[in-house]
Amino acid sequence: MSEYILLRHRDLPGLNLLDIYRKNGGFKSFEKAVKTLEPAAVLGMIKDSGLRGRGGAGFPTGIKWSFLPDNLWPHYVVANADESEPGTFKDREILENNPYQFLEGLMLASYAVKAETSYIYLRGEFWQIATQIDTCIRELENAGLLGSNLFGTNYSLKIYTHVGAGAYICGEETALLESLEGKLGQPRLRPPFPAVYGLFGKPTVINNVETLTNIPLIIEKGPAWYRQFGTEKSPGVKIFCLSGRVNKPGNYELPLGTPFRHLIYELGGGIINGKKIKAIMTAGASSTIIPATEQALDTPMDYESVQNTLGAPLGSASVIILDETTNMASLVNKTVGFFKHESCGKCTPCREGTYWMNNLTRRILENHDPQQVDLLDSVAKQMQNKCLCALGEFSTMAVVSAIQHFEEDFVTDQRNLPSVPPRLEEQV
Amino acid sequence: MIELQRKYPKEVERILAKYPPEFKQSAVMPLLYLAQREDGKVSRQAVADIAALIGISVTDVTSVLGFYTLFHEEGGRYFIQVCTDLPCALCGAETFLHQVCDALNIQPGETTPDGIFTVEEVKCIAACDKAPVFQVQGDGEITYHEHQTLESALKIFEELKVRVSVKAKTEKLTPKDVV
Ligand SMILES: Cc1cc2nc3c(=O)[nH]c(=O)nc-3n(C[C@H](O)[C@H](O)[C@H](O)COP(=O)(O)O)c2cc1C
Ligand code: SF4
Ligand code: FES
Repeated sequence: MSEYILLRHRDLPGLNLLDIYRKNGGFKSFEKAVKTLEPAAVLGMIKDSGLRGRGGAGFPTGIKWSFLPDNLWPHYVVANADESEPGTFKDREILENNPYQFLEGLMLASYAVKAETSYIYLRGEFWQIATQIDTCIRELENAGLLGSNLFGTNYSLKIYTHVGAGAYICGEETALLESLEGKLGQPRLRPPFPAVYGLFGKPTVINNVETLTNIPLIIEKGPAWYRQFGTEKSPGVKIFCLSGRVNKPGNYELPLGTPFRHLIYELGGGIINGKKIKAIMTAGASSTIIPATEQALDTPMDYESVQNTLGAPLGSASVIILDETTNMASLVNKTVGFFKHESCGKCTPCREGTYWMNNLTRRILENHDPQQVDLLDSVAKQMQNKCLCALGEFSTMAVVSAIQHFEEDFVTDQRNLPSVPPRLEEQV
Repeated sequence: MIELQRKYPKEVERILAKYPPEFKQSAVMPLLYLAQREDGKVSRQAVADIAALIGISVTDVTSVLGFYTLFHEEGGRYFIQVCTDLPCALCGAETFLHQVCDALNIQPGETTPDGIFTVEEVKCIAACDKAPVFQVQGDGEITYHEHQTLESALKIFEELKVRVSVKAKTEKLTPKDVV
């Protein structure tokens, strides 16, 4: 037994081996589904569980699956293992240590939407993980759990890995599909949506690794069991990736709705050197910066509360902690630098906007030019609602919120610090 | 016969089998990885080979090669990819990068004169709770090194140098084509 739902390997050593995973109930859900449940019944259970996508947007998984039309074939499922949002390292822990639970989730998703071929798109840096997953897939084929006519039924399934090569934008689902088709990783215009026109032009479901890893236990224990955890609108557990200026960074699996304070102070051991917390980011570089007020610390970490109380999306739940030593102008210089590097260049507002924001933050830091702050704010706001995909929008979030809440950081002279632009750790 | 296919017949076959026959273009990235397995760089010949294998233009292959950061046309035998993205930078990664560069006597982005190491500053590699971190890309592999110090990093560089000299010796003994 394990108290965890996703990070069960922490309690069950050897869970990355097929026989140990099976001894702990592994692949019973898949076998039960294929032998005794209609695909629609599996889909229905996921809908009832209220599971929402863990890749960032929080879209209800069962509803997403139900969008695939029944008159266009074949269907595909693609697992998104591109995990590239700065501050996010949960999918990697799952893939390395609990790969079979992820694979069983992918297999159940494939069965639910009647896909007979599925792909796993891994970021290139996960080269070693891809090799391990390939081995797992071979073991599943040898054990008769993947392949043709599974358990004597007429359902067949094949899974392939596909390794990316270093491009954050390929985590965006339509760019991912382009990349999987051998093209540049640039987002597609929508509509048509991937549910209708996805991989190779066919109906496709794309789900995050963590989303899929929830599925085997939901099918085993039922939607009502899953709904015991979390909140009414954000059921279940979530892995929170804690990083930045905190004593015990790492992955923490918690029910959705756990307050920030519990994660940061009780589990995370508080701030490095007993400093004062300044702000919180919840969605990596794409975050809206949340000033760490008492009210913010008491806010439950679920999709609705964070958005409604703090005006920030929970996103991928990569919680980056900033303390009183962090200067927000340097921080924004970092996030903007990230987006300038990762913009795919397909549309002008994002390509030019990230370039300009990067120049302006450097000017602010290197030349101590506070007059550029208004310009920076206005460039960011002009980009909003004009970009082809969410990356462009994401790039403006930290900029606008940091200027709104911490304008003083943009006007203090930083040129006397040891390096210019100052390194983030030097601003004590 | 196409050189890449002659050298790695099984791998090419396995890669092509992953995708529907009418969507062979999907194989371009795995084939580029295959092409840079031996010396870390993709040659012009390999680009032409890949184009011929999957029936797309040389320009298409070249643009894919240029779009993704883990494909290389130049640089050292090993790419030392130090993460200096936000969470790591909050924990001293920028200082670590500069220590590594000073020790190797190069700037970020440069290659050591012996052609063994290129140091690159990279974006988040999903190891933010274990900063400072870097990866080594080379010999067709990518390996993580976490919780690093300058000392532990230098030790890893020494081991890689030994690997290069051992390889150089065995390559003299065995003609390349046999491998
Ligand atoms: C710029 C950008 C980057 C993204 N990166 C990732 C990623 O690394 N991993 C991921 O699962 N989803 C990522 N997403 C979200 C995906 O587009 C998609 O919504 C998600 O994979 C759907 O899975 P889910 O419903 O299970 O969350 C990204 C989105 C955008 C706009
Ligand atoms: S918003 Fe940026 S990343 Fe998205 S399509 Fe436009 S240029 Fe590419
Ligand atoms: S920021 Fe360095 S690994 Fe994530």
